[in-house]
Formats: sequence, C-alpha cells, structure tokens
Amino acid sequence: MTSELRKPPSQFLLTLQRALGGRAGWGGFILQLIFVAVLVWISYEIVSNASENLKAQRITAGFGFLANTAGFDVNQSLIPYAGSDTYTRVFFVGLLNTLLVSVIGIFFATVIGFVVALGRLSPNWLLARISGGYVELVRNLPLLFQILFWYLAVLAALPNPRQSVALFGSFFLSNRGLIIPKPIGEPGLEPFLFALAIALVACFALWRYSLRQLFQRGEMFRIWPYVVGLLIGLPLASVLIFGVPVAFEVPVLKGFNFAGGVRLIPEFVALTLALSTYTAAFIAEIVRAGILAVHKGQMEAGSSLGLARGAVLRLIVIPQALRVILPPLTNQYLNLTKNSSLAVAIGYPDLVSVFAGTTLSQTGQAIEIIGITMGVYLLISLVTSAIMSFYGWRLGRSLRA
Amino acid sequence: MKRVSLIIALAVAAGFSIPAATAQTLKTVKDRGQLSCGVSQGLPGFSSPDDKGNWTGLDVDVCRAIAAAIFNDTTKVKFVPLSAKDRFTALQSGEIDVLSRNTTWTLSRDTTLGANFTGVTYYDGQGFLVKKSLKVNSALELNSASVCVQTGTTTEQNLADYFKGNNMKYEVIAFGTADEAVKAYESGRCDVFTTDVSGLYAERLKLANPADHVVLPEVISKEPLGPMVRHGDDQWFDLVKWVLFAMVDAEELGITQKNIDEMAKSDKPELKRALGTDGNLGEQLGVTKDWVIRIVKGVGNYGESFDRNVGAGSKLGIARGLNQLWNKGGIQYAPPIR
Repeated sequence: MTSELRKPPSQFLLTLQRALGGRAGWGGFILQLIFVAVLVWISYEIVSNASENLKAQRITAGFGFLANTAGFDVNQSLIPYAGSDTYTRVFFVGLLNTLLVSVIGIFFATVIGFVVALGRLSPNWLLARISGGYVELVRNLPLLFQILFWYLAVLAALPNPRQSVALFGSFFLSNRGLIIPKPIGEPGLEPFLFALAIALVACFALWRYSLRQLFQRGEMFRIWPYVVGLLIGLPLASVLIFGVPVAFEVPVLKGFNFAGGVRLIPEFVALTLALSTYTAAFIAEIVRAGILAVHKGQMEAGSSLGLARGAVLRLIVIPQALRVILPPLTNQYLNLTKNSSLAVAIGYPDLVSVFAGTTLSQTGQAIEIIGITMGVYLLISLVTSAIMSFYGWRLGRSLRA
Repeated sequence: MKRVSLIIALAVAAGFSIPAATAQTLKTVKDRGQLSCGVSQGLPGFSSPDDKGNWTGLDVDVCRAIAAAIFNDTTKVKFVPLSAKDRFTALQSGEIDVLSRNTTWTLSRDTTLGANFTGVTYYDGQGFLVKKSLKVNSALELNSASVCVQTGTTTEQNLADYFKGNNMKYEVIAFGTADEAVKAYESGRCDVFTTDVSGLYAERLKLANPADHVVLPEVISKEPLGPMVRHGDDQWFDLVKWVLFAMVDAEELGITQKNIDEMAKSDKPELKRALGTDGNLGEQLGVTKDWVIRIVKGVGNYGESFDRNVGAGSKLGIARGLNQLWNKGGIQYAPPIR
C-alpha cells in the first residue's frame, strides 16, 4: 500500500504571503495595498492641485529662478559673493553660514556640556551646585529669548567703533563685532604647513607605537617630550630656513567702520553663544545620565587599581558611558542645527534667512524654495546621524574587543 | 522654526486650496461675511493697531473701503498682520483676499508672484535715517556704514544698487521684521536704518528720542505702494482697483464724509453717476449702486484718509507732495467713474 504524500504548499508562495501580509496573510496584504493606493492618490491630488492652482495664478513653477540675479547683499559670506551673483550662489552662502554656526555651536556645546556634567557629579559642593543651577536656568528658558538676550545684551554693552576697545593695538572690540588682524600668506607658508603636517603624522605614529608597547609588553613609554619637540621644533626650523609663514593686515578705523582685518559679526557671536550654551545644558544632563549608568563597581575597581579620579573617568567610565550617551547626543546635535534657523530674528544670514526668506519673497517660488530648504536640513541631519552612528559602531566594536 | 512652519503651512495651503475659490473671490468674501486683508505688523500711519486693538491707517482704510462697498460695514474685515517676507505667500495661498501692506509695485512682483497691483495708494521713495550725532548731511557720506534693513523688501535691492552705483562700501544686516531692524539700529549695531521715507517718519516716532534722529534728504528710489490681489480673478481685481479710484475721484469731485448726503441729492450728472442715483455702475462691479456713498461714509475720500492717517491731521504730519491730486500739483489721478 502506498499512501500518497500530500503535496506541501509552495514554499515560495508562503514566503511571499508572509512577507507581504505579515501574520494576517492575504487579507493583510490587501489592506496594505489599499493603504498604499490611498497614499498615492492623496499625493497625486496634492501635486496636481498645486500645479493647477499655480497655473491659474500664472506663477511660473520650476527651478529656473535659481539662475537669476539676486540683487541684494549679505553681510557674512564664506565664499566670494556680491549682489550681482545668482540665487544659486545665495543658496550656498546661506548653507555655509548655517553649517558654520552649527559646527562651531556643536563643538562648544559638547565641551561645555561635558564640563558641566562632570562639575555636577563632582564631590565639590559649590561646583556641583553651580553646574546644577546652570542646567536648570538655561534649559528652562525659551531659546529665542536667549538668542535675543545675548544679541541685545552684547550689543548694549559694547561701544561704537570710534570708541572701540583695543587690545595690543590690533584687536578691536565694538558693537560692529570683533575685528582681528587678517593673516596673509607669505612665501614661508608652504614649508611651514609641510613641517607642521610631518610633525603631526610623526606624533600620531609615536602615539600608536606607545599604545602597542603598553598593551603588548606592559611598558609605559613616555612620549610627550618627543611630541612637544616635534610640534615646536619642526615648524620653528622651517621659519628659520624659509622665513615667516604669515604677515598680518592690521585693521584701521576708516569712516564708520574698520577697513582690513577679519571680522566676527555680533550676530554670529550671539547666535553661537546662545545655541551652544542652550544645547550644552541638555548635553550635560545626557552625559550625567550616561556616567551614572555605568555601574559604581567600575569606578571602585579603577580606584582600587590606584588610578586617579581623572584617569578612572577617562579610561574606564566615559568609554562605557558613551554607549548610552551617543544616541541622545545625536538628537541634541540635530536640534542645534535646526534651531540655528532662529537666526533670522537677529539678522544672521543663515539659509532660512537669505534663501527661504529674502529669495522666497523676491521670487515667490514658495513650493520650490521650501522644498529645497527642507531637503537640505534633512540631508544635514541624516549626514550628522550617519557620522554619529559610525562613531557608535566603532565604539561598540572596540568595547566588545 | 516657527517662521518656517508658517511658510510651510502656507505652501501646503497653496497646494490644497480649491481652484474655484481663487476664481470667485467676491462670492467667497460675501459667503464668509468678512474680508480677509493682509496688513503690516504695525507701521504707524499705514496699518497699526491702536490701544483698543482697532486697526487704523491708510492701507487699513483701503480694506475698510472694500468692506464698505461689499457689506456697507467697515468693521467686517479680518486683518492679518504679515512680515515683509511672508506677505506674498499669504496672498498666493488664499489666506488673504487682498494685500494692503505698503508694498512696492515692481514688474517682477506684478508677474512672477502670481499677483496684480490694483493701483497706488501712496507714492513713496526710499530714504535713510541716521543719528544726528553722526553729523552726516548726505547719503553720499555713508561710505563703509552699517545699514539695518527689513528682509524681503525692495529696499534691500535698492540699497545694493545705490551703494554699488556710488562706489561706496557698506554692510547690510537684514532682519525678519521692521521692529527688529529698528531695535538693532537703536542699539547702535547700525549707523543707518533704511526703508521708504514714510516708513522712516513712522518708525522714528517709535524711537526713545525721535528728535535725535534725522532723515537724510536723498530719496534713492521710486516706491509706488499699493494693494495686491491674486491673478486669475478679474472681477475681484476690478473691484479692488475701483474702490481706490472711487476714493480719489470722490476727493476730486469734492465729496466728503460731511457733505455726502447733500451731494447725493445733487443734479450734477457726474455726481449722479458716481453716487449711483443715475445708472448702475456699482452693479457692474458686483456691488450695489450706492457703493461710493458707502465708501465715503465709511472711510471718507482719499484726501480725508490721507490727512487722518499720515498727513497734517496725524502724528506723522507728512506733506501731500506727490500724493496731492493731479490738478493740485501732485500725481494722484483716477480714471473717471462713468
């Protein structure tokens, strides 16, 4: 007697059903299909309605406006820019200004945040209270007010250019900003930079070497005298042989303002100050939470090995805390970047101010410009996230190893 | 981020607004029972709220006159304060029916923005406000000055043209609102504040010591300010255009708020046509025959509104100048109502 084996259901169909419909099977698949169809229909309606309305109002859609002449000036630009340039150029001027304030803001926010967090955890009563007070004060006030406060407070405290505070006859502080001498490259610049680069590479190699010595042979190798020697000695030798690398153009008061020199505009200073102190308060709490998340035994174990408190923190606690700290820290970096769009309130020419502001109102291309601006912020945020994820991945790998 | 989200909301609204609504603004306004009018965020003389929250000003009167023509009630207006850079998006998206916000008529605004200018309420020009203590007598002495300006205005572009044309350097600091720009000027961040001359007089009133500041004699641009409506609705365009013409014509015909009832009884053919006792000109515009009577009773003629808001009868005390009627030495001229 032969019993006929029941044919098993096709493996392929089963997989497909599970992938498309989840546990609900084909019913779930149909639901998903309907959902996607509704989404597509809504977006089609939005796009077609918008283009119809634009046509009815005879507004030219498209990105042709980007090649038109802007015709307005911007007071801070990292690339050469004049009113006769195009809106595309304006876009890059705004973008670079946004990136500048974000990168510098992130740097200072991180430094201040770590310092305040360590201060708050410190056994020193006064330091801990001051740090706690800072966090509670700064994180509980709206950011826009802090930006306006720094801007108006800084401006009110500073004299006008004719009575500016001079330091060493070449640094000038006034309500037009901080004007410093402008470095101009001399023939000795290239050898100088070359020497500096060699010194840096040599220092890095030394550091790797000393680490290997420590881990493989257990020998402490004192590298700092060599590092100091390399970093000072090599560039100094280049200066002696090839001459000074840079000359400085000293600013001079001329008419209403200073001519020559490099200027940090007060809008930039106020915005960076406000963004970094504000975000630092949040970072401080994140870092504190991260450090407290590391088991107390780790600290005690470090101490019992005879390490100093600083060394315990640096070598044992913070590397473990970083795993907890990184994800929320990334959030704060993204927040800082996005908050920099408040710049328009104090006249700092960021992307939102010059592109989504002036350019938008001059061209009327609201949908295109807002689309571009949102895309750019999304891109900046995704890149920041990617960098932080990569760092987290490396950190996780080294901790597991 | 607040500003960005506002613009996004407006942009999305532009996407969603129903095409029919843009084509029949008059019907929409009548159904809604209220006119939605975009004004400035507070420019004395043109559009600013008083201490009771009532909006007054020359630009405000244009909106009140439109409401008077439609509803015979000058209070049926919702005023929407807009910054310079948000104003056109608000008009495009249908958020407002008419933009009456000291806006300069230029070719590119008339075309690419998808809007039409309906006339000129005020002939203006751009000037400079400086502190007296700087001892500057002419705009040509402003080389290397820092200039505060409101972003999203023709002012920004004129400034670039003027300084470039005269080979002078300058630094521009552009703010989102006029108030922020003036505050920065007052705090010493800038040497100069620039906007339309009428605006300079108006903003100077808000400064702590108006007498310490002086408006320089140079006027560097033509700034014809007027109301705007969306493209694509000719009936609404006609109505807004003729409400302003009616105010100017009323002044020319000598019709005032005081004598309007006597004038309505007059036998003069041009008065009878204008005031609707003869013919049906108002109905051709989509409003009633007595539309001019309603307008003049509501806000007065152009001259009365000018005097009350920016002229001799106001704190600003600006002379009529270019804004005098054409037959009295100015250039305000309206086509005849016939």
